[in-house]
Amino acid sequence: MAVEKLFKDEATEEKGERARMASFVGAMAIADLVKTTLGPKGMDKILQSTGRGHSVTVTNDGATILKSLHIDNPAAKVLIDISKVQDDEVGDGTTSVVVLAGELLREAEKLVGSKIHPMTIISGFRMASECARSALLDRVKDNKDDAEKFRSDLMRIAKTTLSSKILSQDKEHFAKLAVDAVMRLKGSTNLESIQIIKKAGGSLKDSFLDEGFILDKKIGLGQPKRIENANILVANTAMDTDKVKIYGARVRVDSMAKVAQIEGAEKEKMREKVQKIIGHGINCFVNRQLIYNFPEELFADAGILAIEHADFEGIERLGLVTGGEIASTFDNPESVKLGHCKLIEEIMIGEDKLIHFSGVEMGQACTIVLRGASFHVLDEAERSLHDALCVLSQTVNDSRVLLGGGWPEMVMAKAVDELARKTPGKKSHAIEAFSRALIAIPTTIADNAGLDSAELVAQLRAEHHKEDSNAGIDVITGSVGDMSELGISEAFKVKQAVLLSATEAAEMILRVDEIITCAPRRREDRM
Amino acid sequence: MALAFDEYGRPFIILREQESKSRLRGLDAQKANIAAGVAVSRILRTSLGPKGMDKMLQSPDGDITITNDGATILEQMDVDNQIGKLMVELSRSQDYEIGDGTTGVVVMAGSLLEQAEKLLERGIHPIRVAEGFEISSRIAVDHLEKIADKFDFSATDIEPLVQTCMTTLSSKIVNRCKRSLAEIAVKSVMAVADLERKDVNLDLIKVEGKVGGKLEDTELIYGIIVDKDMSHPQMPKQIEDAKIAILTCPFEPPKPKTKHKVDIDTVEKFQTLRKQEQKYFDDMVQKCKDVGATLVICQWGFDDEANHLLMHRNLPAVRWVGGVELELIAIATGGRIVPRFQELTTDKLGKAGLVREKAFGTTKDRMLYIEHCANSKAVTVFIRGGNKMMIEETKRSIHDALCVARNLIRNNSIVYGGGAAEISCSIAVEAAADKYPGVEQYAIRAFADALDSVPMALAENSGLQPIETLSAVKAQQIKENNHCFGIDCNDTGTNDMREQNVFETLIGKQQQILLATQVVKMILKIDDVISPSDY
Repeated sequence: MAVEKLFKDEATEEKGERARMASFVGAMAIADLVKTTLGPKGMDKILQSTGRGHSVTVTNDGATILKSLHIDNPAAKVLIDISKVQDDEVGDGTTSVVVLAGELLREAEKLVGSKIHPMTIISGFRMASECARSALLDRVKDNKDDAEKFRSDLMRIAKTTLSSKILSQDKEHFAKLAVDAVMRLKGSTNLESIQIIKKAGGSLKDSFLDEGFILDKKIGLGQPKRIENANILVANTAMDTDKVKIYGARVRVDSMAKVAQIEGAEKEKMREKVQKIIGHGINCFVNRQLIYNFPEELFADAGILAIEHADFEGIERLGLVTGGEIASTFDNPESVKLGHCKLIEEIMIGEDKLIHFSGVEMGQACTIVLRGASFHVLDEAERSLHDALCVLSQTVNDSRVLLGGGWPEMVMAKAVDELARKTPGKKSHAIEAFSRALIAIPTTIADNAGLDSAELVAQLRAEHHKEDSNAGIDVITGSVGDMSELGISEAFKVKQAVLLSATEAAEMILRVDEIITCAPRRREDRM
Repeated sequence: MALAFDEYGRPFIILREQESKSRLRGLDAQKANIAAGVAVSRILRTSLGPKGMDKMLQSPDGDITITNDGATILEQMDVDNQIGKLMVELSRSQDYEIGDGTTGVVVMAGSLLEQAEKLLERGIHPIRVAEGFEISSRIAVDHLEKIADKFDFSATDIEPLVQTCMTTLSSKIVNRCKRSLAEIAVKSVMAVADLERKDVNLDLIKVEGKVGGKLEDTELIYGIIVDKDMSHPQMPKQIEDAKIAILTCPFEPPKPKTKHKVDIDTVEKFQTLRKQEQKYFDDMVQKCKDVGATLVICQWGFDDEANHLLMHRNLPAVRWVGGVELELIAIATGGRIVPRFQELTTDKLGKAGLVREKAFGTTKDRMLYIEHCANSKAVTVFIRGGNKMMIEETKRSIHDALCVARNLIRNNSIVYGGGAAEISCSIAVEAAADKYPGVEQYAIRAFADALDSVPMALAENSGLQPIETLSAVKAQQIKENNHCFGIDCNDTGTNDMREQNVFETLIGKQQQILLATQVVKMILKIDDVISPSDY
């Protein structure tokens, strides 16, 4: 007897083969979507938001593309999630991870079709990914001790990362920018201290790294435009009217004269506050909150440069670079640490005036000023640079380096293939499939570059049959080349994360044999 | 429709708007209910065992859950059928009581219902069936008691516990590193366990997850992790030998509960008020400093001024810490939660060996570790994993493992897994059946058949021939009079579960049988379903 209704209305259930098909198809669709952006000759996508203004983004970054998609397929959401995590953890390889997971599932689909149990496939995949990882570990290079070589490693990684992005024309320039910026961090992964300012105009080549700190603010009227040997007080305090914070307090007066008195008292209070601030012996005051005209005028009278309304991160960074602490009370000037810098001046970039702090004490933070023809270019440039910075900062911590251009995939595929030959039982099919999925990545890179992928990959495989080969795909000449000579490197951490999360995601999707979708929550139409 | 008439021949209204309600009675009602129950159990059947598959669930908001845990699947399933909801309840109560075996209990109930349907078709009264099931469940539970093995463990020898937890974890997606996770689970339970009273308070174990890294990075921290950072970016990121003031009052001017107004009408008043305000902040911070605190953890926010004063006095602080976390911190550090600054004293401070802030990945995620606490009775399991769903599933798996470890500490009897216990019970029940006169005999036999369904499902999911495998194992158990034989799901070559180290807790198994029987009895007793028609 059939059950009439087990679930609520609109809730759907898909079982067995159908469920598996649905998730395979969804996952592969996502992988195919981003596939064309892979590699140095990958293409970009235009994304148009459905929100107000229909703003447009042009990008090549896998995570950004996937984040903006509206997806209904549950399996596809798993892939989007891994790409997001990849972005958060290592910053780069967001496309590769999705493509690899998609290829794994494509291979798995064939195996399921030939009646191999998903659990067997999973255990094969696990063995393969373990083997691939150890193969990579065997071939990593670590130049941590040699500062000179390490720097050139970083340069190569930065160039490789950037070469698939919009910045590829000036990758030399930007790689240098990124490496310089990251080296200043001295091992910290806190990318917040690298500030990126985007200013439309000029060309990408005009972008530069500034050792000091640039604040996108204007200097108050009538105040000095240039200060040498500045003592800076960084503050977060109300410089409008200081409210009485005790709950329930209110002003109650019975005559105009009293109002005037209280107003006077208020003004006096502000004047006192300003006096106290000036008493710190400063000549520059930066506040996170508004500064009203009255205190601003007082500051101007005292010859102090007052900057209002710096955003929170700006304040934090400024505190970091100048070595001052962020103050909110001003009663004991002797114990407040002031920030110092050699020179504060107003500079012009394009048409905008900015405040430039140079000769700062702690050299950790720095600013990269990006110039470019349009906002879209700038946005994309920022994303690319961010990717490069992420990878570099992670590499500084984990300095193991691999070659690029499909080399790691081929090394892994070779090791996995050998494992497959040694493994008895049905698992070996799954292991073999894993190596095929790995080879799909160089294939895609070649395809995207408009090369004869079948020919190239076959050549590459033959090349890798020799011990210690450095062969990879040289997209520029369209042939197999020596990657170490061409200077194409990738960070081990990125590759490892790609391998592990892609396997994990494929495993998760493979294990599913039923999809139950609840009825979507009804939303009131806000239109 | 049955109608009743009063003495004037007018029909009584028994059911309001009788015509618009659909109604099922008698055998039809029972069959419909059974069908619904079986349908629910069939969904879970494929999730059973180490080779069981996962289910993907999409919530009304479009969030995805991928899980293997029976209770979670049913919880998220949006079941509308009343009997279906009963099954959901069933799995939930197993989850609350035992924490593990939530899939097994539903599969068990489903197969009991299937068997009951056959008996009903033969014309046996449902109540007799129910009674027969009741008798046999008692036999099965007693039998389990008999075949259960005690095993010894101590604070130093946790190996047996780890083995049992591994059995639980092997059916989850995390089975890749079941060994390390099982160890983490057991160690954390041992850390908080009260071995004297044989009691474990699982609330003391916090399971925290953060996306990123890999599963192998999951670690056990003897202390607390709070997903917060220092209130001022320039406060020290690491404090050794911290003395922690745990506050539930904000660093803000007081807000008396009674309504009041402070009127300012002269300049003097304005100025005194201002002075007081400043003094108030100063006092608060001074108070914390005076009692010797080196870290302030507060449930509420701080005013900018207070924040700076804290920073100024070199007193790091954390704000907006949740109530539960606050309690855990208090337990771990041996401090007291202080609701008012006036009540802050030195002996109310908590102590921790090391407090540090740690950053993750490329984003600015930071977490606060409080370690080497005075009282190590609160621990945190910190899970890392490739994606959100993985973390969620790992959390659930760890929860199951924790529950199993706890149950073992409460009662260290175990039975063998892999269907061995069920097969053994089935043999015992079958043997007992013949002794009962009357119709119940059939019900008891049916119960024995139902018990076989769990090993059957295991074999099916592992890709073995279900009937062949089951009968072979059963014959082996009887021939060698050994209750350790089960289904060899992992293809290891032996089906002696003692060798494979596949254990389950006795109370878990007993509870499964009892709960399943209870629900089936309840369903069988329903003979009338009245539901409002579609509107």
